[in-house]
Amino acid sequence: MTPVPSPLRPWADRFAPRRWLGPVALLGPGGVWLLLLLVLPTLLILEISLVPGLRLGQPSGGYGLGNYLQILQPVYLRVIGRSLAFALGSTVLCLLLGFPVAYWLALMSPQRWRNLLLVGFILPLWTSSLLRAYAWAAILRPSGVLNTILTAVGLPTQNWLNTPTAVFIGLTYSFLPYMVLILYASLEKLDTRLLEAAADLGATPSQGFWKITVPQTLPGIAAGCLLVFISTLGDFVVPTLLGGASSMNISRLIYNQFLGPTRAWGFGSALSMVLILAVSLAIALLLRYGDKRSVSET
Amino acid sequence: MAQTVQSAATTATTETQPDVELRQVFKTFGADTAVRQLDLVVQPGEFFSILGPSGCGKTTTLRLIAGFETPSAGEVLIQGTSVSTVPAHRRPVNTVFQSYALFDHMTVKDNIAFGLKIRRLGTAQVRDRVAEALRLVRMETMANRYPAQLSGGQQQRVALARALVNRPAVMLLDEPLGALDQKLRKQMQVELANLHRQLGITFILVTHDQEEALSLSGRIAVMNNGQIEQIGTPSDIYDRPRTPFVADFIGDTNLLPGRVDQTYPAQVQVTTESGLRVLAQSTQSPRPTVQNVVVSVRPEKINLSLSAPGSGGNCYQGQVSHLMYLGTHLHCVVRLSSGEALTVRQPNRAEGAITVDTPVYVHWTADDCLVLNAA
Amino acid sequence: MSAPRSITWPSLFTALMYAFMYFPIIVLGVYSFNDSRYSASWEGFSLRWYRALFSDRRLLSALQDSLTIAIVAVAVSAVLGTLMAIGLARYRFRGKGLYRGVSYLPLIVPDIAIAVATLVFLASMAIPLSLGTIIAAHMVFCLAYIAVVVASRLQRLDPNLEEAALDLGATPTQALIKVLIPQLAPGILAGCLLAFVLSMDDLLISSFTAGGGANPLPIEIFSRVRTGVKPDINALSVVLILGSALLAGLAEYVRYRGDRQRQL
Repeated sequence: MTPVPSPLRPWADRFAPRRWLGPVALLGPGGVWLLLLLVLPTLLILEISLVPGLRLGQPSGGYGLGNYLQILQPVYLRVIGRSLAFALGSTVLCLLLGFPVAYWLALMSPQRWRNLLLVGFILPLWTSSLLRAYAWAAILRPSGVLNTILTAVGLPTQNWLNTPTAVFIGLTYSFLPYMVLILYASLEKLDTRLLEAAADLGATPSQGFWKITVPQTLPGIAAGCLLVFISTLGDFVVPTLLGGASSMNISRLIYNQFLGPTRAWGFGSALSMVLILAVSLAIALLLRYGDKRSVSET
Repeated sequence: MAQTVQSAATTATTETQPDVELRQVFKTFGADTAVRQLDLVVQPGEFFSILGPSGCGKTTTLRLIAGFETPSAGEVLIQGTSVSTVPAHRRPVNTVFQSYALFDHMTVKDNIAFGLKIRRLGTAQVRDRVAEALRLVRMETMANRYPAQLSGGQQQRVALARALVNRPAVMLLDEPLGALDQKLRKQMQVELANLHRQLGITFILVTHDQEEALSLSGRIAVMNNGQIEQIGTPSDIYDRPRTPFVADFIGDTNLLPGRVDQTYPAQVQVTTESGLRVLAQSTQSPRPTVQNVVVSVRPEKINLSLSAPGSGGNCYQGQVSHLMYLGTHLHCVVRLSSGEALTVRQPNRAEGAITVDTPVYVHWTADDCLVLNAA
Repeated sequence: MSAPRSITWPSLFTALMYAFMYFPIIVLGVYSFNDSRYSASWEGFSLRWYRALFSDRRLLSALQDSLTIAIVAVAVSAVLGTLMAIGLARYRFRGKGLYRGVSYLPLIVPDIAIAVATLVFLASMAIPLSLGTIIAAHMVFCLAYIAVVVASRLQRLDPNLEEAALDLGATPTQALIKVLIPQLAPGILAGCLLAFVLSMDDLLISSFTAGGGANPLPIEIFSRVRTGVKPDINALSVVLILGSALLAGLAEYVRYRGDRQRQL
């Protein structure tokens, strides 16, 4: 059959070759920005980390794994171990403290006020993280609020500032709202009819909780833990302001390699790559063993 | 653009120019073929329905006409002009979406005025035409509401008004009543028919609801698996289905596969797989061209009686195996002595007590059953 | 109302956690009015720290730097991030998974790693550090957060909306501006607020990309508080917390309005 001559054709022909225009206009600028200021710099860090002993303003030798081997020294391994301990400890604390709060908010709080109560709990996130850590320094310092209260009620004073205890308090405080938010989202979707069905079949409330509530919200629990873990692992402000000299963690160590006195950029870059690797590993583990849904929630 | 379309129309043919024409259209998504070898002609002013089960390609067909999809092969013509590569916003058609797709940041009035403002009509003209469209769908009092403040049926009317205010050559309706409850649906069907009569615009309706298609359309295309099984008037489709799929999809039917053994001038005799001999008319449906056929007999054409009926037609003995009381009629399943189970629909007359296990005779005339080529 | 609910363990515990969340903030607020410089004990009500704060030129100029950085970075990112979200939702192309993955990176990679990489990159390109470099670096995470928030809103939109606009004769650009962007507005605004707060709060990336010329607020606060408790910082905290509360209130109001329009 013969094609019908179309008066619209010329326009159509102009339209077709510009198909690429849309994607490029929409995705181009943001993509270029991320490429320039995120992807390239990270690749550069990877390269620098492979130049042993690179220091600012000094000529460098060839490639090698020297920077990574340096991390294996006990003093640095202790830093990495401490970072993992801070992250794991505060993740567990956030989960233990956050779950009852999220549970109450999602399933027990008065319906009318539920949204407002949730917003109220995460409101402190809107304030400067620096100032929130500073507030804890003011509370925990030897002549601070805590000891004033302890003395007033006749208890022995505590000297927690510049100890790991203060770091755990600070990290838990900082990331608890995130945990509650994610757990809330997960618990809110819980089908409470399942609990009623379980009770109907003779399950006690605690059996219902462990056999229904917890498994049903497991993706949310995993997502919340991942978020808190990777955030606390790379945190800088809390260990610096509350932990003192004894609480050197990986991000403080990296900071010192660049802005501190040592200026060992190669070593700092290697530490940075290790940190990125650790975070990627945590996410990969969740992807592998967790639910896909839980990752998209973070 | 209206002018160019018109000039194309006058030069092309002297007979009426179809409003929409699909020629050998294919549409594939990756490895899936949504639509294959589609030929379709819709005449001006028709109320045309595309009917089929979900996933049969009917919505894709509509989207090809609207311009949201481009055909992988073949050609789409609107008023005689090929539009296969013309983007949606330059086609003289308007769509009513199943989800309505109302702009909920705009009032009802602004929703309806959207297309007119895009075309830069004067303020007074926009006002008049919006008012007219609101009157047509009886929504004058809702002009300043937001879509979220309207009921489902009201949103449906706004979606209709937003499309028809542009006076398109063709209105495309994608399951427009799918989201409404049964009662509202019936009411909107009447309104759709009225609108079509008043406006004289071509309507193409996509639906999976056979009743809707039968009651509204001038012609229906039944689709299955990306292909058109049959195009025809509602009575063509119901009384003279051409394929077992159409016979089964439109209304209920009993399908008995078998082979032709005798051919008479207006009838054929078929022996079913279980050995039943059935006489069927062969004037309404095309003469079977293959040995393997399917006999189709609708439940309401089958008569049920306790005693042997008079001679003529098809008559078999069996036993009632299921019985459902449906008020106006009885719905029963009769198991024949040869093994087949037939669905029978009987008017609810208080003659004779039919219960489960009652031995009965089922009989129907040769004129009431069709013979179709097996798929 | 029904009879008062019995006080349960979770509700009691939750109340305790609310106290935990607000305790430090209340402490800062109370002590910002305390006349004493060093002691935790109450020495009488005073506004001296607020007077000191508002006459502290260094702090005020740091605040100005921070606001400049946040506003410029968020404004540019709002455009780029929204376009990215729309582009990712609309097109299928090779490498899309990689593109999406990269756009999520700033949400996952610790700030310190991003900060270090940016510094090394800028140094290797011999780009002098300034207010501009801080803005450029902040745009990386701002646009990622905005893209994610907008994408989640986009996912909940009726996919036919844009087609409806095209169907009514709007060009793709008109459909974007007249229909898609207004529909996405609550998401864009929410993303911007989040990015703004993160930008105002950022210490590490700013520290690594600020030259001598720029001194945003977090850097100034950090350099003061790492050496001990400063009462004028207490006063600053209260001012900033009030500002944040205002922003949070605004965000909630926007969300409330958006919900209302949908539900009424």
